[in-house]
Amino acid sequence: MLNINNLHVQLEEEDKQILKGVNLTVEPGKVHAIMGPNGSGKSTLSYVLSGKGGYEVTEGSATLDGQDLLEQEAEERAAAGLFLAFQYPVEIPGVGNMTFLRTAVNAQRKARGEDELSAAEFLKEVRAQAKSLKIDAEMLKRPVNVGFSGGEKKRNEILQMAMLQPKMCILDETDSGLDVDAMKLVAEGVNALRSENRGFLVITHYQRLLDHIKPDVVHIMANGRIVKTGGPELALEVENNGYADILAEVG
Amino acid sequence: MVALDQTQVKDGVDQETVDAVREVGGEYKYGWETEIEMEYAPKGVSPDIVRLISEKNEEPEWMTEWRLQAYERWLQKEEPTWAMVNYPKIDFQDIYYYARPKSMEVKPKSLEEVDPKLLATYEKLGIPLREQMILAGVEGAEKAPAEGRKVAVDAVFDSVSIGTTFKEELKAAGVIFCSISEAIRDHPELVKKYLGTVVPVTDNYYATLNSAVFSDGSFVYVPPGVRCPMELSTYFRINAENTGQFERTLIIADKGSYVSYLEGCTAPARDTAQLHAAVVEIIVEEDAEVKYSTVQNWYPGDEDGKGGIYNFVTKRADCRGDRSKVMWTQVETGSAVTWKYPSCILRGEESQGEFYSIAIANNMQQADTGTKMVHLGKNTKSRIVSKGISAGKAQNTYRGLVSMHKKAKDARNYTQCDSLLIGDKCGAHTVPYIEVKNNSARVEHEATTSKVDEDQLFYCRSRGMDEEEAVALVVNGFCKDVLQALPMEFAMEAQQLVAISLEGSVG
Repeated sequence: MLNINNLHVQLEEEDKQILKGVNLTVEPGKVHAIMGPNGSGKSTLSYVLSGKGGYEVTEGSATLDGQDLLEQEAEERAAAGLFLAFQYPVEIPGVGNMTFLRTAVNAQRKARGEDELSAAEFLKEVRAQAKSLKIDAEMLKRPVNVGFSGGEKKRNEILQMAMLQPKMCILDETDSGLDVDAMKLVAEGVNALRSENRGFLVITHYQRLLDHIKPDVVHIMANGRIVKTGGPELALEVENNGYADILAEVG
Repeated sequence: MVALDQTQVKDGVDQETVDAVREVGGEYKYGWETEIEMEYAPKGVSPDIVRLISEKNEEPEWMTEWRLQAYERWLQKEEPTWAMVNYPKIDFQDIYYYARPKSMEVKPKSLEEVDPKLLATYEKLGIPLREQMILAGVEGAEKAPAEGRKVAVDAVFDSVSIGTTFKEELKAAGVIFCSISEAIRDHPELVKKYLGTVVPVTDNYYATLNSAVFSDGSFVYVPPGVRCPMELSTYFRINAENTGQFERTLIIADKGSYVSYLEGCTAPARDTAQLHAAVVEIIVEEDAEVKYSTVQNWYPGDEDGKGGIYNFVTKRADCRGDRSKVMWTQVETGSAVTWKYPSCILRGEESQGEFYSIAIANNMQQADTGTKMVHLGKNTKSRIVSKGISAGKAQNTYRGLVSMHKKAKDARNYTQCDSLLIGDKCGAHTVPYIEVKNNSARVEHEATTSKVDEDQLFYCRSRGMDEEEAVALVVNGFCKDVLQALPMEFAMEAQQLVAISLEGSVG
């Protein structure tokens, strides 16, 4: 479903190469995890895939169901079914969470040539999804992410994901800043969305999130490349021995 | 859009924002013209023209005299130059001061008799002059009563009022709502008592000119203890070329009464600038409350600054009675040049003044707007919330005065001025004047300036919104405090207007 081929990326403003030939394929129904030390390019990969400005692709390709992602605007990628759960969700003062969600849902429906959801349909859906993430009515009314705790912000990202029903979900360090209970809630939310036609790319530093969201494939990223790929046992190896051994092994 | 094409921008998102803003040109929705036979007074202003306007309105002698005196005073006054606006010198003798559709020569007795062309004009503007419910839109519709809400409209076309709706129903409640020319004829005692008592004839250059040549406008009187049963509104349309619109509005809220009033304004897109110099006076007696909301959408001129309305307006409310309250809310999106400071004189003890403003300046627009809160009475309170948004090459200035007089014991003011910049060729300026003459008064002022944040825009876009929607959402969030102060139906209209004036998406 998601095909990344020899992707090279540098910063637009300085001549600094960050991704140096990433190859990755995520099949529908699978959960892939990317682990790696700080500065290995994990977050850059998620930003480039979702269309953030400031990066220049110098070589390679990325496609979603055969569509060239890199040619599309961020909103076109979203409408095509790509979703990024942000590591640092952005605050938008004055814009109610519900308004934001509804605008997003309807924008995507419109882009796909579907009818907008009526207020009643939307409300029913959002209430059901919010309930399972333990998001109360008050949090839905508050401005987007403003004054939210770390856990609330991440749960809110998963709520957006649940409402937008993407094909391909990228979770960028969704576990950062979460206590154990919050992490369980978030993981439950993600697991509820697992299905045979949806792919996941879970970016994380630590094994602990992967205890709750069981990956099919684990990749280790270092210095702008995927240096090792394996099964869930690879995550445990990192947990026990750190990255040093693996990095030494691959040179 | 030549000017914007040369814009140098620093980073990717700003360029895109500038592109979005670039598309605004030609998006002014109300730029069309009504072809209708007009009757003009000769160009220019003189005692004869003043007499002619007075005569057209069938005014009594005292009114003619009042106007002539104003004219004499105007000759002695000088045009103010202190505002941060630049425009070519206005030739006051090259303007028509009176333009009336020929079909209005014989005054229609009811709306049924009004020229269908005029009715069609307002229909097209979305202001049908029928006595019907205004149905609320989707968002927040649950708060509206199921049967909708009634809004009475006074429609002013160039120099004359063409009709007022719901007059009879309002009359039954004791409320007088009519054109000011009608009020001068039918309620001279009220007009004599209040006209010019809030904005004196000699107040300022434009107000003095207005006092001499005003042609029409609205009049509202709400008797003691009456809560006006519906929203009142006046819709101003400038249609004729080279014509100035000088309207005069007088609102009197007697003891313990309440009224909510809204004005809207549009004009055709023309290459030559046109003058609009209005005066609004509001009198608020003991325990009375007035809400005055404006959605100003005059033609802003083209992207190079050609044409547009010069909006030089004096608006003032006098909170005469104890515990009286006035609330100004304005959404200023149009006009080439805006010079406007809706103000409150807080005379009564515990009287309150509030000013909520959104001013959007795009392309070459210039806005110099704000308020004056003059605290005279004990325990008076005022609150100012101003949101200025600048895009293109526009300049946006907040200018405000908070004055605490000697007797204004324990008076309080809170001011918040926020500016948002889109692109890097525009400017935002905040000029607060604060005078405090007693040491029990408390004045707070907060000001911020920010740019539309690229992370916010990316966040919205990664969820599927296009750039226009993203900008509109972020800007509407920025304006929320003010939008909430508007009556619900108009808040939605204003929200869309904010989006349109910034993005060029046809709402």
